[in-house]
Amino acid sequence: MSDAKNTPKKKMSRRKFLLATGGVIGGGLVVGFAALTPQHKATQKLIGDKAPLLSSWIKITEDNKVHVIVPHVEMGQGSHTSLPMMAADEMDADWDLVSMEQAPAHAAFANEPLGEGFILGNTDIPDVFAPIINKAFFQIAKGMELQITGGSTAVRFTGQYGMRVAGAAAREMLIKAASESWDIPARELVAEKSFVLHKASGKSASFGELAPTAATYTPNPTPTLKSPDNFTIIGTPKKRFDIPAKVNGTAVYGIDAEVDGMLYGAIRHVPVFDCAITNVDSGAAASMPGVKKVVRLDNAVVVVADKYWRAKKALDQVKISHSDSASCGLSSEDLYRQFADALENGDPELDIDTGDAAAVIDASDDVLTADYRVPFLAHATMEPMNCTVKIEDGKVDIWTGTQTPITAKSIAAKIAGVDINKVTYHPCMLGGGFGRRIHQASDYVAPAVKVAMEVGAPVKLIYSREEDIQQDAYRPALLSRFKAVVSDGGNIDAWHNLYTDKNEPVEAPIIPYAADNNYTGVVRSTSHVPFGPWRSVDHSQHAFFIESFIDELANKSGADPYEFRLEKLQNKPKHRAVLERVAEMAGWHTPAPLGRSRGIALHESFGSIVAEVAEISVNNGDVKVHKVSCAVDCGFPVNPDSARAQVESGIIYGLSAALFGEITIEGGRVIQENFPDYDVVRLAEAPDIQVDFINSGKELGGLGEPATPPIAPAVMNAIFTATGKRIRSLPLNNHSLV
Amino acid sequence: MQYTLKVNGKHHSVDVENDTPLLWVLRDELGFKGVKFGCGVAACGACTVHLDGVASRTCVLPVEDAAGLEITTIEGVADGETLSDIQTAWIDHQVPQCGYCQSGMIMAVTALLEEIPNPSDDDIDASITNICRCGSYHRIRKAIHSVAEAREKANV
Repeated sequence: MSDAKNTPKKKMSRRKFLLATGGVIGGGLVVGFAALTPQHKATQKLIGDKAPLLSSWIKITEDNKVHVIVPHVEMGQGSHTSLPMMAADEMDADWDLVSMEQAPAHAAFANEPLGEGFILGNTDIPDVFAPIINKAFFQIAKGMELQITGGSTAVRFTGQYGMRVAGAAAREMLIKAASESWDIPARELVAEKSFVLHKASGKSASFGELAPTAATYTPNPTPTLKSPDNFTIIGTPKKRFDIPAKVNGTAVYGIDAEVDGMLYGAIRHVPVFDCAITNVDSGAAASMPGVKKVVRLDNAVVVVADKYWRAKKALDQVKISHSDSASCGLSSEDLYRQFADALENGDPELDIDTGDAAAVIDASDDVLTADYRVPFLAHATMEPMNCTVKIEDGKVDIWTGTQTPITAKSIAAKIAGVDINKVTYHPCMLGGGFGRRIHQASDYVAPAVKVAMEVGAPVKLIYSREEDIQQDAYRPALLSRFKAVVSDGGNIDAWHNLYTDKNEPVEAPIIPYAADNNYTGVVRSTSHVPFGPWRSVDHSQHAFFIESFIDELANKSGADPYEFRLEKLQNKPKHRAVLERVAEMAGWHTPAPLGRSRGIALHESFGSIVAEVAEISVNNGDVKVHKVSCAVDCGFPVNPDSARAQVESGIIYGLSAALFGEITIEGGRVIQENFPDYDVVRLAEAPDIQVDFINSGKELGGLGEPATPPIAPAVMNAIFTATGKRIRSLPLNNHSLV
Repeated sequence: MQYTLKVNGKHHSVDVENDTPLLWVLRDELGFKGVKFGCGVAACGACTVHLDGVASRTCVLPVEDAAGLEITTIEGVADGETLSDIQTAWIDHQVPQCGYCQSGMIMAVTALLEEIPNPSDDDIDASITNICRCGSYHRIRKAIHSVAEAREKANV
């Protein structure tokens, strides 16, 4: 405060304020938000006032520091930094005074009643809410109320509807505090770099000084948000808060949890997913050094010992017998035959049926047909699954990396037989998520809780890499059968796509291109292999199918694959712009360097449109991906460098799958075990990547996933250009190009 | 068995079975949690430390083979509060995402730059075979080149 006389005199009644907003965080101004749209308000009324539907929190302390409390976990996507940026920009805070705090898994940051509906009932939102729920609300509900980190939602929902609003409201309150204190109209005051200024008189006060008074006001749920032209923090590259601890070994992941008296558990499941244990022969395990107990669960054995290595060595001595099931004889080839049979004989559900594609195809004597296929995939996060559990005095503490902390709490509560409020989740960094740590949270939390109960001591359960790969929840294998008729002029007269199985998002198989007649449908044909969302979920399969087959159509009509796509996007200016940008970046209109070939692909997912051009060479049958150019329209990137990192990451993740990724089923079980037989891209295979963002001003799109789908078709299309060989099944590794 | 291990310049005494991989001794007996478990078969490099300056994967290395050697972990790379130039480059280039592999990456790169002060892309490809599932590879490559250049300038 530059003028001591103007120190705010009013004592805040913080308690009242905190009760009104439903959060207790302590220290200074706390702004939390509920009910931001008419839908939220209506929903909030339905479930009562005590459970805020949407909470994003800002705290200002007396030292003029702004603390932004983030409800999402950090798994490398950078939202622990980009979300505070969104709040701080609306506040006009000084970025150097902003820090981030991880929200605990608690009702103040999530709506547990609704959350429990999801967790304990089915995966659908309770019926009572259905009439008032739109898609955006559903996404927010999933992201906020369950505190889920996934679906590329953090920035576009929590940030856009939570952080920015909370920041703008805080700014209004701070300006009002200065206005009342100085008796100067608010319109004459501005906020700048964590101070409120009256430029005419030279008066200024820090946010920290104003916070006690500001905290006595009720936050405005509909403050005026900045226009993007006025952003000072959003859109500028900011260094991520979580990185320093990740270069000196101090970042704490779930696997690093330390609890006094902790034992270690090594686990081996029944390898066939739907079978149970019938007999456990412990052999010498129970008497080996340090072994406390051999615990038999329904579908797994856990050896608990004082050291992890001792537990693991003893587990190697244990023999498990399991029940038989129909799946015990199944192989991947059997499943592909089952899927192909479904395509022939199944009962399709329609995605789209405009015109009469079947009739045009029947009438044509020049139909292009192709069958495409992708395998099951594991996630293979760098940090294998693990969970540490302590149960004491009716309270349960859990340490684990999870994309759904409240689900993890709920599972632990159910198994331990305690109220969910007796469970404390200790947030940890995630050594990779990619969807693995979402739906199947129970699969590594549940056994850890059971074992801790069995041995009466804290236990850290660690999956071996082999268990991690063989007991994943997998990206499903799918088949897609295409038929199409293209006119001499290159018009798509008929597009017919029948594929197997469907999860989400529903729009994944829908083409952006104009087709006179379009039939897109699914036949359900599932397997015993557990489903898990895998970075971009259904988009990873369908982008490969669609963008490869579109390339086939372009080739058939003798058109340039880029021009062919562009012509069919007359009514999609944003898609056109992205495609044009990537062509420019990649030098599409000039010949590729000697010995190299290019392939292009375009796909929209999670609200972002992404186009990629891969530049490759093929030598003696070996493919090298040299360069990937990538154009993205996600509205605008909040933290451009971190956004770029997400895109680079999505491309490498998708490239690993395209080149090497395959989970094979034999005898009902996964045969791959570890990185040597589930190989991934390393430095030698990693291309140079250029990323360009188009600031179209469209609503914000996600970035964690959308760069993954286009890379496989971009590379395979480039291989076609190079060799004339069309790759219709992944991974590339299974094909010989010699 | 009793072993004396010299880690980051200090001697520690541990009592473990002779076949216990150094990884678990460093993590659970001595608390060097920056050393990470990734695969258990020396395929991913998350557990990389230096043994007498040589980058070594510790998830398959019996503790008895490490006794008597100078062991350096990620915790011993910085000079007190001062990060190494490689760690600083990792921040400048915003290399880590989930970060789980980066201890091992930094150890592998530190050893590479000791051996080859100005590595070519081929040298990098051949030497740094650690896995990063977040795909931070091309930032790693840039960060390596930036450190090599800065060191060369400093030596001129």
